[in-house]
Amino acid sequence: MIGVPLAQLEIRKPGGSDSCVASNGFCPDWIVENIDRYWTPLLEHVYLTVLPVAIGFAMSMALAILAHRRRWMTGPIITITGIFFAIPSVAAFFLLQPLTGLGYTTAMVALVSYTLLIIFRNITTGLRNVPAETVDAAIGQGLTPRQVLFRVELPMAVPEIMAGLRIATSTTVGLAALAVFAGAGGLGSEILIDKRFKSNVVVAGGLAVLLAAAFDLIILAVQRAITPWQRARA
Amino acid sequence: MDAPTAKSSATSSPKSSTKSSAEPLEFRAATKRYPGSEAPAVDQLSLEVPAGEICVLVGPSGCGKTTAMRMVNRMIDITEGDILLGGRSVRDRKPDELRRNIGYVIQQVGLFPHRTIAENIATVPRLLGWDKARTAARVDELLELVGLDPQEMRNRFPTQLSGGQRQRVGVARALAVDPPVMLMDEPFGAIDPINRERLQNEFLRLQAELRKTIVFVTHDIDEAIKMGDRIAVLQKGGKLAQYAPPAELLMYPASRFVEDFVGSDRALKRLALQRVRDIDLWKAAPIRVGTPVAEAHAAIADADVPYAMLVDEGGRPQGWLSDRALTGERVTDDRRSPAHPILELDDVLRDALANLLSSETRYGAVVNADGALAGILSLEVIQHFLQVAPTDSPTGADLLQE
Repeated sequence: MIGVPLAQLEIRKPGGSDSCVASNGFCPDWIVENIDRYWTPLLEHVYLTVLPVAIGFAMSMALAILAHRRRWMTGPIITITGIFFAIPSVAAFFLLQPLTGLGYTTAMVALVSYTLLIIFRNITTGLRNVPAETVDAAIGQGLTPRQVLFRVELPMAVPEIMAGLRIATSTTVGLAALAVFAGAGGLGSEILIDKRFKSNVVVAGGLAVLLAAAFDLIILAVQRAITPWQRARA
Repeated sequence: MDAPTAKSSATSSPKSSTKSSAEPLEFRAATKRYPGSEAPAVDQLSLEVPAGEICVLVGPSGCGKTTAMRMVNRMIDITEGDILLGGRSVRDRKPDELRRNIGYVIQQVGLFPHRTIAENIATVPRLLGWDKARTAARVDELLELVGLDPQEMRNRFPTQLSGGQRQRVGVARALAVDPPVMLMDEPFGAIDPINRERLQNEFLRLQAELRKTIVFVTHDIDEAIKMGDRIAVLQKGGKLAQYAPPAELLMYPASRFVEDFVGSDRALKRLALQRVRDIDLWKAAPIRVGTPVAEAHAAIADADVPYAMLVDEGGRPQGWLSDRALTGERVTDDRRSPAHPILELDDVLRDALANLLSSETRYGAVVNADGALAGILSLEVIQHFLQVAPTDSPTGADLLQE
């Protein structure tokens, strides 16, 4: 086979004589035998998701607290993060390369910038939905503005904040699959190695889907654990 | 500092171990002006609230009553004038620290939904750094004080409580560190009428025990009359129209505005406010069977009613004696009409009047706690009472205490 990339040959080597593999089919035997090769990309993918979401969360939180104190900043922050959000991700991975080179940094910068709008908006909404009388009662009892924020407003905004985290995480799992274009590896790079081979695409893609689902369940579990009051009803 | 008792002489001994403090509060030409608005929201408000009394700020919406209240704990800052709490200006104190020492109750309660009832009540103790054991003990004590079962309530969340229970928790929370002053902004405004009445009564009972200095805001004149030791009627522009005890306010409205605000039925409101014991009753002529008739006639002559009341050995009224009973040598048991209605000294005047109006006789026999005849109530007595100035008018809180 002329023109077949080296990597492609590499991936098919074990069990390569199989007719299923030869016809680019979905081959359980091959998958069982080769599943090990996906662990490293999967870990990279976890890394490409958790780190951007964590950094994005920290930045969004800082911005949201700033905007909570100075309301006029909300508009500009939404506009700027909205522009980041609107840049096609693949374009961002390429555009950033002259600045940050090929690799993790480029992927991180792009992925973080996508989470900002989502998380920022949810934190802001959560803080705004805290009833005025609750804040009034808090101030009236002598809580300082900082105590009102950390003991009342943010805890009460947890459901919205967690909802934002879930969306941001799912989105980032998906976008991280394109981080291969920034040279950052992840499950996307596995798909790209042999995108005609169904077994490969299904396993790599499937793992990304499972990863997104797992993250979602984890965040949901954390949310339930830290908001017992949400389930308490008379 | 000592908690001076209110003007009522009857002060109950506290039932619980709750030691209570109270401080006097004084508005000194306190004024609030908002930037960009010509007219002040509160205009030169001057009034004194003695320690341990409830001062109700009442008036139509936009009269500045809530603003005036919120100036006390500096939720709203004073533009001119001053407010003194226990003789010290609130302006000299850090707002956060000031507020921790002033109980704060609002209409919507504003419990923290993400905190349990115990945690909600422990808000200020926690801010003041109380240890866990002391806080927990205080929480239970307060829950009991407001009539909630600590065992059952402690670990619930606010959404699991009824409106009335939430308001009780709000009061408990405000009392947590035994503040000398409490601010209450329409605390029972969101509660249905039946439960509101119950909460009002419960609160008055509590106040009779705790004797806090309270600023209570309402738009409801009936609530003001019921809750207040003193009532400050405010009118548009934050001007004080009158500051007086309830009975005096009803008796002598200082202006047309106050007169309209308290309503054309202010005489009836006074009747609802006061009890039979507050009135100068007519002197009766209690006569036992076998009394010499001459003596009976002398008693009748001395009494304010031209009829004698037959009483038993214990002085309990049995019925009005007929003329025939007084004709022989000694009084015989011959009655013209039964002793009906029989009223008690503790009856609310309005109820006594209703009894009197629906009975056949013009005179009601009033009995004391032992059932013995204490005097006679008539329509004339009530009418006269409504025309003279109230002297030492008792208040809702005093009445409930008895």
